[in-house]
Amino acid sequence: MIDIIDLKKSFGKNEVLRGINLTVNKGDIVAVIGPSGSGKSTFLRCINCMEDPTGGKIIFNGVDIADPKVNINIHRRKICMVFQHFNLFNNKTVIQNIMLSPVICAKQDRRKALRHNLFHKDKIAVRSVADIKKEARANAERLLARIGLSDKANVYPSTLSGGQKQRVAIVRSLAMNPQVMLFDEPTSALDPEMVGEVLDLMKELAAEGMTMVVVTHEMGFAREVANRVLFIDEGVIMEQGEPAEFFGNPQCDRLKDFLAKVL
Amino acid sequence: MNFDRKIENFIAFFIHHDGYKEVLLGLSNTVKIAVIGLLIGIVIGTVIATVRVIPKYKLLPRILNGFCSLYVGLFRGTPMVVQLLVFYYVALPLMHLKLDSVTVSIIVFGLNSGAYISEIMRGGIQSVDYGQMEGGRSVGLSFSTTMMKIVIPQAVKNILPTMGNEFIALIKETSVVSFVGAADLYKAFNYIGTNSYEFMVPYLVMALIYIVMVCLISLLIKIMERSLNKSDRHH
Repeated sequence: MIDIIDLKKSFGKNEVLRGINLTVNKGDIVAVIGPSGSGKSTFLRCINCMEDPTGGKIIFNGVDIADPKVNINIHRRKICMVFQHFNLFNNKTVIQNIMLSPVICAKQDRRKALRHNLFHKDKIAVRSVADIKKEARANAERLLARIGLSDKANVYPSTLSGGQKQRVAIVRSLAMNPQVMLFDEPTSALDPEMVGEVLDLMKELAAEGMTMVVVTHEMGFAREVANRVLFIDEGVIMEQGEPAEFFGNPQCDRLKDFLAKVL
Repeated sequence: MNFDRKIENFIAFFIHHDGYKEVLLGLSNTVKIAVIGLLIGIVIGTVIATVRVIPKYKLLPRILNGFCSLYVGLFRGTPMVVQLLVFYYVALPLMHLKLDSVTVSIIVFGLNSGAYISEIMRGGIQSVDYGQMEGGRSVGLSFSTTMMKIVIPQAVKNILPTMGNEFIALIKETSVVSFVGAADLYKAFNYIGTNSYEFMVPYLVMALIYIVMVCLISLLIKIMERSLNKSDRHH
């Protein structure tokens, strides 16, 4: 689904990623671990071009999205990202947060379809704006019910707890029906008691077959849920493997050292 | 000093010698110049602020950015009176245009406040956490959509008090438009003063009118701020 070929990223003279190759297949759950400053977050942010890579290719559904000429916004609809600090829209209520992008994207598609119908004989079915909104709202309500926050639909994010914010952020991404979800240390900014609810939701998604790439410090999650674990240090993948093998029998010294510290 | 006589004198001129007409005209011109000037300023300011915050990988944004810096530098580097005089007595004749002095004042006030508002706006946009932009971009919204729907509404909320100050400053600065002959409050009260040979009361009343206007605006801003603060309040 995603082929990352020789991905490089430098900030000025600081070379953060020095050639990373990775293939993510449908249904894969890839956990990325590594010491801080190793480039693991940068790597994740390069996958949906939140940071523009300075070299290499990212082939998503056959298109190189690292190419600046590609309209990245179309592809980001299908590669959604969840952040450490949630990044919910502060000026929108919870349900508006979830509905905003689906409605805007559907409207863009609608305009495109209308333009197409003007000039071509083969007509595309066009939904009305009211239908688009109704559908987005129904979907948002369903997602909120799923995480048990239906009663919070009309409050602003500032009134939610960290765990609630992160779960809303996750369903905000889910509302786009993404093919891949990227998680950038989703539990690092949470109080310990709230980590569980977020991890549980992520486990549910994993069980449903969502393709995920997760940068995490939760070794338990990596071991339990991921089907592949990467260890990134100094801008390269030092070691990767299935969790049992990866944690049970680490090969390189760096990884042994790292695991000794965190486990 | 016979204050009662001065007040009587003023009232006589205010009512019986068409003084009130001059004052109403002056007041309407003052408000017109400040309000339309502010609106033009907001439009120009938003455009410039957006140009200044967009990523500058490509050549076009860089050229636009240079142009905007020049604009802001010019208008912040000269006093409003000088801008008015230059526009009225230099720029217009050079372009063979004839505009009445109120229109000229509106244009110059718009251009001038545009420069200041652009800086206020830029500060406001930069005060919004960058995560808001990333949050929008991460679900497939474009830079401009995220800017319009997410960042600018929050920026506007942050800068509303400063914007109010800008409006108050504009209202007060309209007192210089008589340099190019526009009939504002100062000109109206000056007219009453010259005709009644008595300046004390007219200028006192003028000061009072300015204070009342500024207080009203402050009140208005407070009300607006409160309604915009909804998203910060706990329900």
